Amino acid sequence: MITVENLTKTFPGSTGQVRALDGVNLDVAAGTVLGVVGPSGAGKSTLARCVALLERPDSGAIRVDGTDLVSLGGPALRAARRQIGVVPQGDSLLRQRTAAGNVALPLESAGVPGPQRRTRVAELLDLVGLTDKAGSYPDQLSGGQRQRIAVARALAASPSVLLADEPTSALDPDTTGSVLTVLDRARAELGVTVLVVTHDMGVVRKICDDVAVLDGGRVVEHGKVLDLVADAGSRTAASLLPAVDQNPAAEGAYDRVADVVLVGFAAVGALLPEATSRFGVELNLLGGGLTRLGETPVARFRVGLNGERADSALEWIAEAGGAVRRTLAGPQGVAA
Amino acid sequence: MRSATPWSTVFDYTLVATGQTLYMVGVSTLIAVLLGTPLGVWLQLTAPGGLRPRPLVHKLVGFVVDLGRSMPFLVLLVLLTSLTRLLLGHTIGPTAAIVPLAVGAIPFVGRLVQNVLSEVHVSVVEAAVTTGASTLRIVRSVLLRESLPALVNAIGVTAIALLGYSAMAGVVGGGGLGDLAVREGYQRFNDRYLWATVVVLAVIATLIQFISNRVARGVDRRRHASV
Repeated sequence: MITVENLTKTFPGSTGQVRALDGVNLDVAAGTVLGVVGPSGAGKSTLARCVALLERPDSGAIRVDGTDLVSLGGPALRAARRQIGVVPQGDSLLRQRTAAGNVALPLESAGVPGPQRRTRVAELLDLVGLTDKAGSYPDQLSGGQRQRIAVARALAASPSVLLADEPTSALDPDTTGSVLTVLDRARAELGVTVLVVTHDMGVVRKICDDVAVLDGGRVVEHGKVLDLVADAGSRTAASLLPAVDQNPAAEGAYDRVADVVLVGFAAVGALLPEATSRFGVELNLLGGGLTRLGETPVARFRVGLNGERADSALEWIAEAGGAVRRTLAGPQGVAA
Repeated sequence: MRSATPWSTVFDYTLVATGQTLYMVGVSTLIAVLLGTPLGVWLQLTAPGGLRPRPLVHKLVGFVVDLGRSMPFLVLLVLLTSLTRLLLGHTIGPTAAIVPLAVGAIPFVGRLVQNVLSEVHVSVVEAAVTTGASTLRIVRSVLLRESLPALVNAIGVTAIALLGYSAMAGVVGGGGLGDLAVREGYQRFNDRYLWATVVVLAVIATLIQFISNRVARGVDRRRHASV
């Protein structure tokens, strides 16, 4: 697991000091995937470079399994680097080495002898599904394949943490999937803790358990993706859930209008129909839709209810695990 | 009016001079590369943003290097006489010319190597850093290996530059093709020597270029790239 504690970093800018990181705290449990997202200039890159130990923060700690790595130097720092596998931003493979040779680089740094090195390289090429490309040079590989080799290289020295800095920014949607699959396999099969820094919410949608939203050098939102989407006011919900179109005319026909977020197969499939029958209300979907976060189906619907027990129905939905936010109290709300 | 020197004599003299030129250029290129490459690596490592930035010393050494590069070779040739005497015990002949040739080329090679190494993309170097590689390993396995084709080309460029400089070796009795062209061809109005040396110099320069291109391509793995 990795914890980032109170990380601060300032850079000299044209108009005085620029505070790129302003007391950043993060916590990634072992074997989970955290996505760090945020607008450009939020400090994502600086955070990634600090965690990769390429940039020294002004203050704060980066702990991998409890040990602070920030203060290290010399051989201790080099050894510590092997605990954090890094997939750097952009093309980072040695163009004069084969795919296998690139994956072997961290093992050479660690002084692993030849035969063991070859076994390990073969394992990793298998993990990223590129065994047949072992002898190919980076220029012969596609962008997605190069990025998967970079992931294999980052994992070679068996780090406990894998850091990927914008691993999909240069890729088209199809190849993005293959790289994300590889990151997910690393977590599932090797149990590594994964930290993905990305501007692409699609990455969060597909592989992240947790998400941290960075803005202005601060963490403004941090938690489990499935918890945050249930919070209607969260940025995570705003960017991951299906949009709800405003349709005042349709909404006017109902006693109660609410936005309901449903997480999981059971909730999405059964909660609304059951509320209808249980409370004898008329319940219609006015907008929203269904999406998938990782393996979990998640829905956000705008529902309109008619009937005496509409309020009770909404309360029951909330108790049964749906996140309910009322938007209108009734037809008079529209008229006002 | 004198009759022209027979071609057979021209051939003999030119042959001897060619040997001297090849000797001077070959040995001085070797020395310059052996000493200039570490200099270039050091300049790249200590540059701002390098792996071991040392801005002050870097600036100082950089200044000395550029001073060395701006020195006219003819001046260096004379300036270094005492160094040559210190190293060899005498200051005359092709071997004596090698000293200023090599010394003059070291800063040249240093800058060339630094330029070549700076072309290795920063993300590639940082990726190696994050693997926990030592600086020495990064220099060897990343910086030098990644830029090997360009380094080979830089050696070719150096050899051809030294081929030009070696023409001035006659000043210290170094002989060689340039010396022959000046003494026999220019000062004694013997066109045949001029033509002969020009042709041989052109052939040598072309050969160096050809060989360095070939070797550079040979060590470049990227050429195998398919479509």
